[in-house]
Amino acid sequence: MNLHEYQAKELLKKYNVPVQEGVAVETVEAAVEAYTKIAAETNNKFAVVKAQIHAGGRGKGKVNETGMNGVKVGKSADDIKSFAEGILGGTLVTIQTGPAGKKVNKILVAQDVYYDGPNKQKELYLSILLDRAKGQNVIMYSTEGGMDIEEVAHNTPEKIFKEWIHPSGGVQGFQARKIAFNLGLSGEAMKNCVKFVTNLYNAYVGLDCGMLEINPLFKTSDDKIIAVDCKMNIDDNALIRKPDVAALRDVTEEDPTEVEAGEFNLNFVKLDGNVGCMVNGAGLAMATMDMIKLAGGEPANFLDVGGSANAQTVEAGFRIIMKDPNVKAILINIFGGIVRCDRVAAGVIEAFNKLGNINIPIIVRLQGTNAVEAKKLIDESGLKVQSAILLSEAADLVKQAVA
Amino acid sequence: MSVLVNKDSKVIVQGFTGTEGTFHATQMIEYGTQVVGGVTPGKGGSSHLDRPVFNTVADAVKSTGANVSIIFVPPAFAADAIMEAAEAGIALVICITEGIPVQDMVKVKNYLVGTTTRLIGPNCPGVITADEAKVGIMPGFIFKKGRIGIVSKSGTLTYEAADQTVKAGMGISTAIGIGGDPIIGTPTVEAVKLLMDDPETDGIIMIGEIGGSMEADAARWIKDNKTKPVVGFIAGQTAPPGRRMGHAGAIIGGADDTAEAKMKIMAECGIDVVASPADIGKTMAAALARK
Repeated sequence: MNLHEYQAKELLKKYNVPVQEGVAVETVEAAVEAYTKIAAETNNKFAVVKAQIHAGGRGKGKVNETGMNGVKVGKSADDIKSFAEGILGGTLVTIQTGPAGKKVNKILVAQDVYYDGPNKQKELYLSILLDRAKGQNVIMYSTEGGMDIEEVAHNTPEKIFKEWIHPSGGVQGFQARKIAFNLGLSGEAMKNCVKFVTNLYNAYVGLDCGMLEINPLFKTSDDKIIAVDCKMNIDDNALIRKPDVAALRDVTEEDPTEVEAGEFNLNFVKLDGNVGCMVNGAGLAMATMDMIKLAGGEPANFLDVGGSANAQTVEAGFRIIMKDPNVKAILINIFGGIVRCDRVAAGVIEAFNKLGNINIPIIVRLQGTNAVEAKKLIDESGLKVQSAILLSEAADLVKQAVA
Repeated sequence: MSVLVNKDSKVIVQGFTGTEGTFHATQMIEYGTQVVGGVTPGKGGSSHLDRPVFNTVADAVKSTGANVSIIFVPPAFAADAIMEAAEAGIALVICITEGIPVQDMVKVKNYLVGTTTRLIGPNCPGVITADEAKVGIMPGFIFKKGRIGIVSKSGTLTYEAADQTVKAGMGISTAIGIGGDPIIGTPTVEAVKLLMDDPETDGIIMIGEIGGSMEADAARWIKDNKTKPVVGFIAGQTAPPGRRMGHAGAIIGGADDTAEAKMKIMAECGIDVVASPADIGKTMAAALARK
C-alpha cells in the first residue's frame, strides 16, 4: 500500500525523524490559512505548495486544466492562493502517472527549508528497502539528491552507496557514521545525520515498510538534516497488524475496478488489452496472460480467483472483466486440484445464465480433477461457450477469437 | 532415493486442528504420507485424525521422532511456528502459509542461519515425491511416478507442468514448490541442485516468475554444473512494471527482473526456455530424446 507524502511525514514524526513541516488541505481557503500560519511560525515568507498524489515527478508534471506544475514555491498569500486554485481538483500528469494523470484532491502547504544561513545547503538521497537475495534490509544512499536516482545509478554507479543492516541488531552507530561521512557531512550535520538514519530505520521496521525513500534528504544552511519529500510503501501482508496505518489507504488513488474486485477477495490488476482472463493461482494467471499475447491477443487483466473458484467468484469475475469495453473475449483457465472442475463448470453455467446477454466469445479451459465431466457439462449446456482441456487447445481458441 | 521427502519421512502438522490443517492432513494421510501427529498450542494431549496432538513442536519430536513439519498456521503467527520447528531440530520445514509480513521473514531467514533446518516456502504448495509422500496441498493424482523433477514458485503452474509431463509420456520424481514470496527458505538454485544430484531424476523443469534474481542465479549455476536437461519457463512476460501480480514477490523492480531478462540469461546458460506455458511437457520430451 502506498501512502501520500503528507501521511508518510506524519508517521515519520512519530519516530522523531525531522521532516519539512506542512499542512495538508483540500480547499483554497485552508491553503491560504495554512500559509499564513507557516509564514509566521518560520518567520519566512517563502513556502511551497505540493500536489498530493501517488506518483513521482510532480515538480515537472503539469496540471491538465491549468498548465501549472505540481510543486510551486511562492512568497505571498496571493501566490499560494493562485497555486492552490491551479492545482486543487485538477488532473496532474507526470512522467509516472501515464497520460491519464491523477486527480489532485489534496495539497500540502509546506515550510521553505532552502533558507539562507551560515553553511552550504546540500540535497542528498537515502532510501531503505529489502535486498531479496540477501534477505536483509539495505540502506541505499547518495550525494546526488533531488534527481532521479535510477539515472544516477545508471550514469554514475560509483555515487551510490549501500549499507546492509543485520536483522538482529538494527543500524549500528558505526554504520550510521559511515553513511554520514560518505555523504560528505561533518560537525553538527554529521551528528544530526546519524540520528536521522537511526530513527528512519526504526520507522522503516516499526511501520513494516516495503520501501521508504527520502529524496531529497536535505542538509539545511544551519546543519539540520530533514526529509523534504518522502515515498513510503507499506507491506500489504503487515496491514493486518497495523490498523491505524491501514486506515490511511486512499482508494481514490486506485483503479475502481481493482477496488471492487478486492471486495470480492479477487486479486485483480487492470491492463490495457482485449482478452480478459480468469484463472486460479497467481503463477498460472500470469502464464495465461503470456499465452494470450502469444496467441495474438493482449491481456486485459490479471485475475487470480484463488483456490475456491465457485459460482459467486466466477460471476463477480465476469462482471468485473466485462466492465471494460475493450474486452473482445474472455478466457477462463482453471486447473482443478482440490477444486473440482465440474463444480467450477456448474458455476460458470450458473453465472452465465444469471448475467444473460454475453455477446463476446467465452473460452473455458478446465483441467485436473473431473475435467472430462466438466467439459461435458459445458458442451451440453447449450451456452455459447467454447471448452478446452489442454492449454494448447485454449491457446488456439484464443487465436481464433482475436483473429 | 528421491529428494527432501520420501516414504520414511515422519511428518507433523503445525496448525493441525484448524480447518486447513485438518483438510490437508487428511489428504496427505490418504496419499500415504506418514503423518505422525500435529501441534496446536493448548490442545496437547488430545487426539485428532487418530493421531496425537502436542502443545509444542519439541514435545512432538520427542514422542514421534518427526523429522518433517508442514505449517498451516495463520500469517501473523507463521514466522514463530517456523522458528519453533527449527529450534526443535526439525530437518525440513515446509510452510504453506501465504501472507507472512516480509520483516517477519527477514527475522526467520536470519534465525535459520547456523541451524540444520531447511525451510521450503512460505507461500508454496509444498513438496511431493510421487507414490511416496505428499507434504503439501497439491492434488496428488496428477503426479504420476516418473523421472522428471519440478522446481516452481507457483502452485497451479506446478500442477500444469506435472500434467503436461505425464501426458507427454513421462512422470514426476519430486516436485518442489519453493514459494512466491520475496524471501523464501530455499531459493531456486538450491532446489535445482537437489534434483541435479538425484539419481532418480533425469530432467528438471524450472518455473519462475517476474521479480528478484533467483532464476538468474540458478541459471548461472546450471551453466557450469548441468548433467541433465533443464526446461525453463518464466511467468509474467506481459506483466506491467511496478505492479504486484498476486504473489508478494511477483513485481518487476528493474530491468534485470523482467521475464524477458530472465529468459535471456536462462537460454544463454543452456536451459531450454519455452515462451508458452503450453509447451513445457513436449519441450522436456524433446530434450530427453536429444540427450
